[in-house]
Amino acid sequence: MIATKTLSTTRRGFLNVLGAGIVIAVAPETARAQVAPAGGRGRGGGGRGGAGGAKTVAARLHIGQDGIITVMTGKVECGQGARAELTQAAAEELRVGADRVRLVMADTGLAPDDGGTSGSQSTPSTVPAIRRGCSAARGLLVALAARRWEVDAKTLEVRDGKVSDGAAGARSLSYADLAADKDAEKLLAGAIPADVVMTPVESWKVMGTSVARPNGRDIVMGAHHYPSDVSRPGMLYGRVLRAPAYNAKLASVDLGPAKGMTGVVAVQDKDFVGVAATTAFLAERALEAIAKTAKWEDPPAQPSSEALYDYLRERVRGGAPKNPFADEVAKAAKSLRQSYHVAYVQHCPMEPRAAVAEWIDDKLTVWTGTQQPFGVRGALAQALGVAGDRVRVIVPDVGGGFGGKPTGECAVEAARLARGAGKPVSLRWTREEEFTWAYFRPAGVIEAEASLDDRGGLATWNFTNINSGGNEVQSPYRVAKNQARFVGSEPPLRHGSYRALAVTANTFGRESFMDELAVLAGRDPLEFRLAHLEGGRLRTVLEEAARRFDWASRVKDKRADVGVGLACGTDKGSYVAACAEVVADRKAGTFTVTRVCQAYECGKIINPANLMRQVTGAIVMGLGPALREEMRFAGGKILNGNFADYEVPRFADLPELEVHLLDRADLASAGAGETPIIAIAPAVANALFAATGVRVRQMPIRLGKAKAN
Amino acid sequence: MDSTIKFTANGERRSVTTDSERALLDVLREDLGLTGAKYGCGERECGACSVLVDGRRAFSWRTPVSKVVGKTVVRVEGLGSGEKLHPVQEAFLAEGAFQCGYCTAGMIIAAVGMLAENPKPTDAQIVAGMDRNICRCCAYPDILRAVRRCAGRNRGAEVRP
Repeated sequence: MIATKTLSTTRRGFLNVLGAGIVIAVAPETARAQVAPAGGRGRGGGGRGGAGGAKTVAARLHIGQDGIITVMTGKVECGQGARAELTQAAAEELRVGADRVRLVMADTGLAPDDGGTSGSQSTPSTVPAIRRGCSAARGLLVALAARRWEVDAKTLEVRDGKVSDGAAGARSLSYADLAADKDAEKLLAGAIPADVVMTPVESWKVMGTSVARPNGRDIVMGAHHYPSDVSRPGMLYGRVLRAPAYNAKLASVDLGPAKGMTGVVAVQDKDFVGVAATTAFLAERALEAIAKTAKWEDPPAQPSSEALYDYLRERVRGGAPKNPFADEVAKAAKSLRQSYHVAYVQHCPMEPRAAVAEWIDDKLTVWTGTQQPFGVRGALAQALGVAGDRVRVIVPDVGGGFGGKPTGECAVEAARLARGAGKPVSLRWTREEEFTWAYFRPAGVIEAEASLDDRGGLATWNFTNINSGGNEVQSPYRVAKNQARFVGSEPPLRHGSYRALAVTANTFGRESFMDELAVLAGRDPLEFRLAHLEGGRLRTVLEEAARRFDWASRVKDKRADVGVGLACGTDKGSYVAACAEVVADRKAGTFTVTRVCQAYECGKIINPANLMRQVTGAIVMGLGPALREEMRFAGGKILNGNFADYEVPRFADLPELEVHLLDRADLASAGAGETPIIAIAPAVANALFAATGVRVRQMPIRLGKAKAN
Repeated sequence: MDSTIKFTANGERRSVTTDSERALLDVLREDLGLTGAKYGCGERECGACSVLVDGRRAFSWRTPVSKVVGKTVVRVEGLGSGEKLHPVQEAFLAEGAFQCGYCTAGMIIAAVGMLAENPKPTDAQIVAGMDRNICRCCAYPDILRAVRRCAGRNRGAEVRP
């Protein structure tokens, strides 16, 4: 632990709860400089790594006089491996081993706002931001040594956190020595120069290697404290009263039965009703007691999942879109029109939303699992009516996000309960609450129509995504006349971001449709795609996946009920292709994915082992919505909000899995948390068609008793 | 109704005076500060709350604390001794068999329970033995490798770049 003399006791109190191994101290002026007014979040921008990032070296890192290097980032670790990767970025530029760097993440009181942890931005945006800050720090410390020795800084070398005088040989100064210099603090408080140079790929020593998760040991020991594990003195456990259905308004409730229980506090603030008690068990009993007294207005009629796709189609904003190439389609020798459906799915991270809120005087601290700590700080300030600089959000490494935790509803509820109770409150949503009151990946309808020319090539292409989103709605395939667009509808459920979001739907629609068009053209699915793909990164991964899978021979395998399929796509600057084999059981109406071979390329690889985990994890996670995951709902109620009825992938779903990572040292590194999920579902649907002749045009892909079509 | 519940947790005798209907998970977490086991589903579907009770895996969220009177409860925090990790923990660490890590405690406990009954499981037996645990990050291939490693298979092999 760094003993910084300016550290106040209160701040030390904050710092001590950061968790084992990451107890740090920074000068309070640094922390204070990072506190922006409520709601004052800027838009992301690559320059400084998101919403403002660190403007000064000191806001990015702290070098203790004991040599401990602390790097600060507003990014969140939720399993994607950012903690390792961002540590590597810092270590590389500081010329130290990764074990010398402590990374403080996602603490609005300490770290700069690097933007939310979403959109695969940590790699392309925050890695360079941290590298720039750390490179600038190295430069300043080298300059300090040069000044002390009265030599040209260019003659000095930095290795393993030590600056040495290459010419004289014998002299060296550690970062700790230099940090103790009377001028160091002032120098590091300076702005990060715009022209700071980053280490070229060919000189990387730490980046490009498989650095392990820095707190991995804590994880296997059960010692890491997730947001739901945070404990504060005198803390109570909360529960919140939920409506029996969406849009059901509370008419009345009697808090009396809860208030009569020893150790229970009941809180009401307009429609918000909750309890806090000395144990979660007691809180549950108290909630049951008041839930019995609650009267709810009847909710309006609401659509069901049975009628979902018609519901979305009928409510398309601006009316049903027309095909501008209808004349060509009418005249074409061959054309095809199809619809594809993609169901609502849920992120269901293993750790449900959780928050611990603590008020000290009029200052609020909330430990919570969110992908947007600064956004949640703003949300808390607004909801609780306090200034932003009175709110601090701390995000301990979270138990999963997948795009599902950008918001702060649980944090706000915990803060309300804590204010009402006058004590810290821990609130952890139940699985049922998470399924019901979080949000969903949007369902979608894809309408596609295309015509072929005389040689079996694509002539026209009209592709519309209804409701699920416009990301990568444009086809990467060459076509003379092309229109692709996204149109909104009236979503019956609350929806939002999810790993790759709409790209999965758009890729499923496009790659299924391309497969159908290949059949129409009488061509092999791979050959048909390649005929419409220019040379480039997408073509390269497609060819690589096909080669590794041995597509050419497997596609000739005519065993009954066995089939292979492929699909490819791109998102956020990275490229993926998947080949899949399925074995169908026509009598049972089921099938099994037996083999998957995926090629993936995201530019220069920063951490090969972590990337491999992201890609394999994404493939298997992607099998969920491909095979089974689908939210069912009716009358404003979720009908399958539990793991028994909403079946996520398990061990038994593991196919034989082969992943090939293409390392492109000549290309900038792109994020990889999302794109590897997009190709598996269409590859499986296409393989199922090859196996059975049944084309399933929806996710989840169910064979059932369908006949060949 | 409060009663005094006595059980052994990793060799230490514990005594808790509480409502005997409370979940073992809550008592471990709230009363004893042992947060290794996690809440995940509340329905015995995900295994995040797994602990060993007298050597067998139990879902602690669905186990009233009254059921462990006089029994021995082992949680992930108590598997190793001091700084020394249990071999299953070592294997998970060596294979990087986690992403967010929230399910890891339950996975490790499930693996320890399974390996105690069958120290040399086949892949099919590992899948069957571990299939009551969910990893939403889907680190299943890495977890499978970690358990294989404990079973003395693929030791040192298949180490990723």
